[in-house]
Amino acid sequence: MDMGGLLNYAIFFATFAGIFAVVALGLNVQWGLSGQFNFGIAGFFAVGSYTTAILTSEPVATRIGGFDLPIVVGLIAAMILSALVAWAVGWVTAGLRTDYLAIATIGVAECIRLIVKNEDWLTNGVRGIPGIPRLAADWFGPSPWIMLLLVAACVIFAYAAIEAARASPWGRLQLAIRENERGATAAGKNIARARLEAFVFGAAFMGLGGALYAHLFGFISPEAFGPNFSTFLVWVMLIAGGSGNNKGAILGSFVIWLIWSGTEILTNRLPVEYVNQAGALRLLLIGLLVQVVLIYRPQGLLPEKL
Amino acid sequence: MTITDFLQLIIFGIVSGAIFALGGIGISVIFGILRFAHLAHGDMMTFGAYLALAAITSLHLPVLAALPIAMIGTAAAAIAIDYVFYRRFRQARPVVLLISSFGIALVLRSAVQLIWGPGNYVYESGISIPYVIFDLRIKPDHLLIVASTIAIIVAFHLFLTYTRLGKAMRAMSDDPDLARVSGVDTERVVVWTWAIGGALAAAGGVFLALDTQLNPLLCWNILLPMFAAAIVGGIGRPYGAIAGGLLIGIVEELSTSFIDPAYKPAVAFVIMVAVLLWRPTGILKGTT
Repeated sequence: MDMGGLLNYAIFFATFAGIFAVVALGLNVQWGLSGQFNFGIAGFFAVGSYTTAILTSEPVATRIGGFDLPIVVGLIAAMILSALVAWAVGWVTAGLRTDYLAIATIGVAECIRLIVKNEDWLTNGVRGIPGIPRLAADWFGPSPWIMLLLVAACVIFAYAAIEAARASPWGRLQLAIRENERGATAAGKNIARARLEAFVFGAAFMGLGGALYAHLFGFISPEAFGPNFSTFLVWVMLIAGGSGNNKGAILGSFVIWLIWSGTEILTNRLPVEYVNQAGALRLLLIGLLVQVVLIYRPQGLLPEKL
Repeated sequence: MTITDFLQLIIFGIVSGAIFALGGIGISVIFGILRFAHLAHGDMMTFGAYLALAAITSLHLPVLAALPIAMIGTAAAAIAIDYVFYRRFRQARPVVLLISSFGIALVLRSAVQLIWGPGNYVYESGISIPYVIFDLRIKPDHLLIVASTIAIIVAFHLFLTYTRLGKAMRAMSDDPDLARVSGVDTERVVVWTWAIGGALAAAGGVFLALDTQLNPLLCWNILLPMFAAAIVGGIGRPYGAIAGGLLIGIVEELSTSFIDPAYKPAVAFVIMVAVLLWRPTGILKGTT
């Protein structure tokens, strides 16, 4: 690999890790701050992806849209729609205990995947949506750089917004509920409402991550939104990085993505007939890695500061 | 819908309901005794289904003879997984076990794919000719599935009712602290919980594979209806899981005459959420 190829790969790596960091920050609001389980990350990721794909792609006869709108409109709409879906979900599930919430969110993600797969008029079904515009700007040079810049801006925006929320009275209320729900109730706080707010707030960033993903690849299909990839990997990232710590969420995203894509480079050198199997081996190792983290370093690389 | 179509869908519903029940019992018992939602249960079933495949292809056994091998093998695997991983998290918050079991689900699924590859398999190729009774078509495989499920559930019932261990298990599910101070060896009960949960899971996996095709996502795909069965029936109540499984199976099949069959899993989900909201303890009052 020559230097140019290596540089391009490094840009792509950082961009993708940054997208995961946005999603992991969103999960950190729901789980790290508010203590709500969400195993349906893939669902909100998909809502964000499809929202921007429909809004920003060129008009097509076979499905609704595209509306050829600017990318920034797509990103904002992705956040809003993902938040709305989270509001509808959270409104129903707000009162559920952690373990039931985990099952319910798996169910939500599955329902969203079914809709994406079967409603051709909306999402073009299993064929997916091609031709999602990618960022290009003549004044800045080649587009990979500007995509990286956009993702970096989104990571900074997510980090700043979530840090500010965490330090505010609202963030302290979330911590109070997480640590002592009865105490917070006794203090006259509206627990259900606070939980719902955190769920919606976090989901907006998952939607943003999904939208960035769509613009990075220019093509999305239902296959990208299974539970392995976006949901589990993001959980591993947050736990390894340190749930409750926003810097940890970002660090975890880069470290786990380095392990994940680093092993892919290695396994891609295997003979062709093993490459498919290598994907399974990598998933197996990630599954074991999470056990090791839970056993030996449950607080993650950067523990939460209280 | 004619009455024949209706009865035909009921038959299909009973078959999938039996499979949901076998998985749902394990989920319910594990929840009752270990107090966590075992998200790897579907993949444990898939693992069992593939063990049966290995026995069938290497030893040339019929499915019914491979079934006990798969059940014992999966029970052993479940005990081993608990010993190596879950046991370390007994004192931790329950969410740690949720995350851990999600990871184990991935490990099992990837292991299956590593060993057997991503493709589809069937136990026995060839078309079985259904029996026709009053215009109803009943496949021999379906009879086998339902009859074997009944036999397994009766055995499980006798175990729970008449053995010391079964009684200890029920006691621990009702009140773990009371069971402990009454001298129940809780770790022994936990081992047997995994043995039974694993064995029933393997049976469910083998039956689903018999009815459809083996692939690495075989039973992850029915995790939702199985949890729905356990929750509808009242978590920690194995008999409730049987009723819940049949209910979910039949409603799912009947729904196909009104809505797109692709949305079958969503039906189970809607029932589950409805039960969680209006009667969180399930039909039979379960543990909370």
